[in-house]
Amino acid sequence: MLRRLFHHKGAMITICILTIIVLMGVFAPIVAPNDPLEVDMMNRFASPNAEFPLGGDQLGRCILSRLIWGIRPTLGLAALTMIGTMGIGLAVGLASGYFRGWIDEILMRLVDVLLSFPSQIMVFAVVALLGINVANVVIANVCIKWAWYARMIRTNVIKYRSENFVNFSNVVGNSNRFILLKHLLPSIAAESAMLASLDMGWAIINISTLSFLGMGVSAPTPEWGAMLNDAKQVFILNPMQMLAPGITIMVVVALFNMLGDVLRDALDPKEVM
Amino acid sequence: MNKYILKRTIAIIPLLFAISIFTFVFINLIPVDPAEVVLRLWNIPVASEELIAQTREDLGLNDPYVVRYFNWLADALRFDFGVSYATPQLTVAQKLAAAFPNTLQLASLSFVLVIVISLPIGFLCAVYKDSWFDKLMRAFIFLTTAMPSYWIGLVLMWVISVKLGWLPTSGNFNGFKSLILPSITVASSYISIFIRLIRNNMIENMTQDYVHYANVRGLKQMNILVKHILKNSLHTCVVAIGMSIPQLISGTIVVENVFAWPGLGTLCISSVFARDMPVIQAYVLLVGVLFVVFNLIFDILQGVMDPKLRVGGEKNA
Repeated sequence: MLRRLFHHKGAMITICILTIIVLMGVFAPIVAPNDPLEVDMMNRFASPNAEFPLGGDQLGRCILSRLIWGIRPTLGLAALTMIGTMGIGLAVGLASGYFRGWIDEILMRLVDVLLSFPSQIMVFAVVALLGINVANVVIANVCIKWAWYARMIRTNVIKYRSENFVNFSNVVGNSNRFILLKHLLPSIAAESAMLASLDMGWAIINISTLSFLGMGVSAPTPEWGAMLNDAKQVFILNPMQMLAPGITIMVVVALFNMLGDVLRDALDPKEVM
Repeated sequence: MNKYILKRTIAIIPLLFAISIFTFVFINLIPVDPAEVVLRLWNIPVASEELIAQTREDLGLNDPYVVRYFNWLADALRFDFGVSYATPQLTVAQKLAAAFPNTLQLASLSFVLVIVISLPIGFLCAVYKDSWFDKLMRAFIFLTTAMPSYWIGLVLMWVISVKLGWLPTSGNFNGFKSLILPSITVASSYISIFIRLIRNNMIENMTQDYVHYANVRGLKQMNILVKHILKNSLHTCVVAIGMSIPQLISGTIVVENVFAWPGLGTLCISSVFARDMPVIQAYVLLVGVLFVVFNLIFDILQGVMDPKLRVGGEKNA
């Protein structure tokens, strides 16, 4: 699978661009032309110029610098969401798919109930319950998404658990823990990781939406959704402030979606659209 | 057939119970004492320990959880969700009733737009697969799925209302005119999903044997496309679209906020900020129930349209 990926031109280009974006986020202090938090009323709504390549926002802060610094919270929180989702999804999916019986019954009924709520409602409900702050945004998103993964992983586990190598391991008397961690987990890991990258775009949009509504990352931290929230008030005066973060989100999400599609093709060449 | 409908209906009852229990537990997790809140609503300045204890007794908060759950459920079935914490003069039901028609308008127009736009485009994309039109639409779908809906709303507002001055920017003071932009925004995220769904479904159907047979019989291409392929693909699509109606209603949350549309979404967000739990609880319960009921309706409808599924469903149920 990996080899096929390296020979796929589109995949390599997507991965390269995404790597560059991540590196820009990591080295934001060096890459960004200005301080993202420096308020300078002289540059209020400055039009794009040499010093401020994308102009200034309503407090005269450099929009480009804020976009670059915004890579950290945006991608970081999205990655954290996906890690949390995968963690719980794997644990529940493995337990449910391997032990079956009443454990499976209880866990899957719980999953059914969670999946019967539209996801957006759940996010708001959880944020309302826990209070508005960044950690809760991640928790809320994990809460609504893990059920979906748990079900997916469970199906996969069931597929593998009747394979001969698992049966053999059982017969020679290996413990459940050993079978779960050494046999089943590696078997489903690759596919699960691919699923997670498919959903990075989803996580980015969801987190930026919450910030946009003022429930996520709060001012003055530069985050793309929060920047759009600022821009909402002044977009008639300064459209650039609204266009730049939006286009950035669009490009990054599109890249992640493309990566997901490419990975799916690499894994399962049958399902080409 | 009646047996099938009955079975499906009975199957959702446990799910509805689970949703109500979930919502009930949810409100009881909040670290706020309802007795204190109620006393504050009655404008009692200093709540003594005794008074709080008394109120707790009066409100039935000292009863066991099971008793409280059934009391709450009985009230909820009569649409009595208590009084809003934020605006004590209004009950939760009144607040929801005031906001609901606005959201319903928005969701209905979006729904119509989704069907009117995605059906012909999906059809054309499938018929002229890999033509420039299909490629253009695929690029369009690819881009719109990557855009957050609130941003689409902002851009539309900027271009159409501010630059061109065709439609009002926000609020609902201009009748139908002010409904157009929010509806397009809500619809935009679903249009791309359904174009893709219809297109792929039709393409899949085109390779089926019955299409070859129709071709062999020498039927007109247009006839085959509309009467056979489209009709068959619509089965799946109708169900998918129907099940997305509650999603559409919940999807209005963000867009309503962008356009300051006074519907359920705006109410929900302002309640989150005010920590107005009864409103959020009622909203979550309402949407959860809607979701389940719509799933049931379209599940049955699918059974009516496609007898193959019906037989399978009865065997499995």
